[in-house]
Amino acid sequence: MKRAIERHLNILEFTLASLLRRKAKNFSLLAMYLMVVFMLASLQFFVTALKREAAIILDDAPDMVVQRLTAGRQDLVPTGHAAEIARIRGVTAVRPRLWGYYYDALNGANYTVMAGDDTSAKTESASIGSGVAKARNLAVGDLLPLIGYDKAPVMVEIGTIFPSGSDLIAADLIIISPANFQRLFNLPGGQATDLAVTVRNPKELATVAAKIAELFPGSRPILKSEIQRTYQSVFDWRGGMTLMILASALLSFIIFAWDKATGLSAEERKEIGILKSIGWETSDVLLLKFWEGIVISLTAFLLGTILAYGHVFFLSAPLFVQALKGWSVIYPRFQLVPVVDAYQLAVLFFLTVVPYTTATIIPCWRAATTDPDAAMRY
Amino acid sequence: MILQPAVLALLLIALLVAGMGIYAGYYGMRILGQWDPASGSEGQLELERRTYLVSTIMSYILSFELMSLFLFIYTADELHPLFTGAMCAAGTLAVNSFGYPALIIKVVNFLLAGVWLIVNYADNRGYDYPLIKVKYELLNLLVPLLVLEGVLLFAYFAGVKPDIITSCCGSLFSHESSGFSGDLAMLPHLPMQIAFFSGMAVTGASGLFFYIRGRAGYLFSISSTVTFLVAVASVLSFICLYFYELPTHHCPFCLLQKEYGYIGYFLYATLFGGVVAGIGTGVLMPFRKVGSLIRIIPAIQRRLVLVTLCCYLLFTLITGWKMVFSALTLG
Amino acid sequence: MIELSNLTKSFNSGQPNQFTAVDNVTLAINPQQITVLKGPSGSGKTSLLSMIGCMARPTSGRIFLRGVAAALPFRQDGADAVEITSLPERFLNEIRRSTFGFIFQQFNLVKGISVLENVMLPAYPTGEGRAEFRARAVSLLEQFSIARLASQRVELLSGGELQRVAIARALINNPSIIIADEPTAHLDSKLSHEFMEIVGRLKGEGKSVLIASHDPIVFDSPLIDTLVEMRDGAIVASRSCR
Repeated sequence: MKRAIERHLNILEFTLASLLRRKAKNFSLLAMYLMVVFMLASLQFFVTALKREAAIILDDAPDMVVQRLTAGRQDLVPTGHAAEIARIRGVTAVRPRLWGYYYDALNGANYTVMAGDDTSAKTESASIGSGVAKARNLAVGDLLPLIGYDKAPVMVEIGTIFPSGSDLIAADLIIISPANFQRLFNLPGGQATDLAVTVRNPKELATVAAKIAELFPGSRPILKSEIQRTYQSVFDWRGGMTLMILASALLSFIIFAWDKATGLSAEERKEIGILKSIGWETSDVLLLKFWEGIVISLTAFLLGTILAYGHVFFLSAPLFVQALKGWSVIYPRFQLVPVVDAYQLAVLFFLTVVPYTTATIIPCWRAATTDPDAAMRY
Repeated sequence: MILQPAVLALLLIALLVAGMGIYAGYYGMRILGQWDPASGSEGQLELERRTYLVSTIMSYILSFELMSLFLFIYTADELHPLFTGAMCAAGTLAVNSFGYPALIIKVVNFLLAGVWLIVNYADNRGYDYPLIKVKYELLNLLVPLLVLEGVLLFAYFAGVKPDIITSCCGSLFSHESSGFSGDLAMLPHLPMQIAFFSGMAVTGASGLFFYIRGRAGYLFSISSTVTFLVAVASVLSFICLYFYELPTHHCPFCLLQKEYGYIGYFLYATLFGGVVAGIGTGVLMPFRKVGSLIRIIPAIQRRLVLVTLCCYLLFTLITGWKMVFSALTLG
Repeated sequence: MIELSNLTKSFNSGQPNQFTAVDNVTLAINPQQITVLKGPSGSGKTSLLSMIGCMARPTSGRIFLRGVAAALPFRQDGADAVEITSLPERFLNEIRRSTFGFIFQQFNLVKGISVLENVMLPAYPTGEGRAEFRARAVSLLEQFSIARLASQRVELLSGGELQRVAIARALINNPSIIIADEPTAHLDSKLSHEFMEIVGRLKGEGKSVLIASHDPIVFDSPLIDTLVEMRDGAIVASRSCR
């Protein structure tokens, strides 16, 4: 046992010395390796962080939302439905919600406008997201004129600005009073965009949903879990698509690694010949090559993931924003909350180190089986 | 089909493992057909070199199998929110009929690769390649299984579509459900506990006997294999209950989660390690009398027995400790 | 004691360009003596040395090593002699590492690492503790009065220094047999004489030395015990010089 460990240590030491001796040659390999790890790790971190953001946002969403469909399109829901739904056994609360989109001609952005609770202080008061505040250069106490459906301005006073933090959704949000909402969009009274339903026991959600669908044939109940699922798959799908595009980079890297490992320089070939001639066995040289691969892989992997971490969580992933977040004028600079776990790192490891290692097995074996007496024949 | 980095990674590994397996198998066939240790011809020297390549490939396959086994379970766990009713890996794997077969064959392949490396280790210590035929026949058995694993994994992920209503681990491993895993969970606690502890005791006793006297190796090997199966059934039947401290939660995968201190990794590692060494001991039994290995195999076997005994002892101690100190008491 | 019986090594067998480097050689090499293989280049000396040194396997014939078996982790039929021709590579290596030390025509030192590391290199895969073989390497360097060069890189050394490093390296694993292939081919007369002096010292320490050479300084040296003449892969004459 002790001898086996000593053998590993001795050979590892020689590996490190050899790698340092051939800096120039190993540098191109390391750079390419690093690049691939960096790209994949950035993607992985970014998608995971977005998924988590979405999950956090959805945590506050109601368990169930009831919409009404007219001719297959979403329509306003009469608030009268709320009372009837509230009577279903197990339902604790039903809240009609008012929300929509507002196009700001000034900078070509779309804002999400929501009506706040009736109890909120003043009708003129509004809360806005940091994105809106930045786009219109607003501070608390300023007046924001919104153009109503009839081109008449609706003036609101900024009461709160949501902290910029990491909030993906709040960035473009404007919350105004229900009265102002109805004035802005000319909404008939007694109508809501949808109904938020709270159910006491989450296990009864499906039953309650079925009852609502039965009660109001035109209605469409949507469960929070369904929305979560959809978000997850959309992000996974987008991440996967991007990964597929990056796969070509991965593939070319593997071919490059294969080529590097196969094309030993005359110097290296001679060196392996010497090692074999002075008593190193094939498995010793294989071990040398194994450690060489480990050292290169770990260096590239560590540096690549650290760089990716900086790229995603400090610089907000400039390389992927367009591809993954969607397009919107208002989408602000935002800081993702770092989430990195062992699982993500394991996936990255499997996508980079495993293919690299596999690609080098045969070339390494070929190098290791050099004839020991080759050193005698120059 | 779910396009997720982890899924792509798993498929990639399956592809690599199957590919390496076929490559190694091809040279295994050539070695079986043309092996002639008495000859110093160039062809024979070339084949001898190939044996290094095959052993290297096999050790990589073993480590890839082990790592990807846990990645597979973890990914299944990660995907469960996509399926209504699935509450952990158990539900995700039940999404279609390829999930569990893929998992089982992954475990089998890991065990076989481990046994192969044990035989290889013994063979490399004999000066006349004493086990070369056995080794490469075993390889020929393993290669189709590696390919099958890849096929099952592809079939599983290709058939996975989010939103399919599946049973969750609450129902899959609960008393009401039918099917294999349900049957295992339904095994009554008390007889299972008796079977588990007596299996461990028999393995321990036969292991010690073998270690001291060098006899009854087959008994030990069979007993350690049976005990492995009993232990897996026991995890489903009662061991996990003590960890979850819930009388109805029979899921074998939740043990791997953070809530339980990742204890599952340790438990399964001891079980897998123990059974590989146990099977290995038995597989080496017929070759104890081979001339060049007459002193080598008994030494290897003693070490293997020690590995099995230590692994199983740890498993039993943790289980016993949890049974005594758990907040749960089973009637 | 090394015994060769009917040793043959051919390359590309079965093909039109087949050629036989060593042809049916039978020879006994005595322990603790200096044996020189003499012959023109292409006479099969190097091939013969590499087979004796467990570097290459013969196409047919047998090689027996006596007196080394006890040091090995395995034994055949409890005999004192080991028949090495049918052994797998890893066993040949085991024997090679513990029994033979090699000195090559080109010295074959690894560039870019220090003299000390070069000397220690054959000990790396043996699993011996680093401190132990390091101490041995240092004392070898002292013995050959090149201790001051220990941390120098080998490309900066002179021919004579290179040669001594190569000899030190051959001795690091404490072998009982030294094999040298044309060791003086790249040395001037002074250094060649110095080499023979060192060889004589090694013999005095109880080592067997086997040299292949066509340099008169070597095969006419008064130190050698046996001279074997080779031509076209076969032995043409073998005589004792004592």
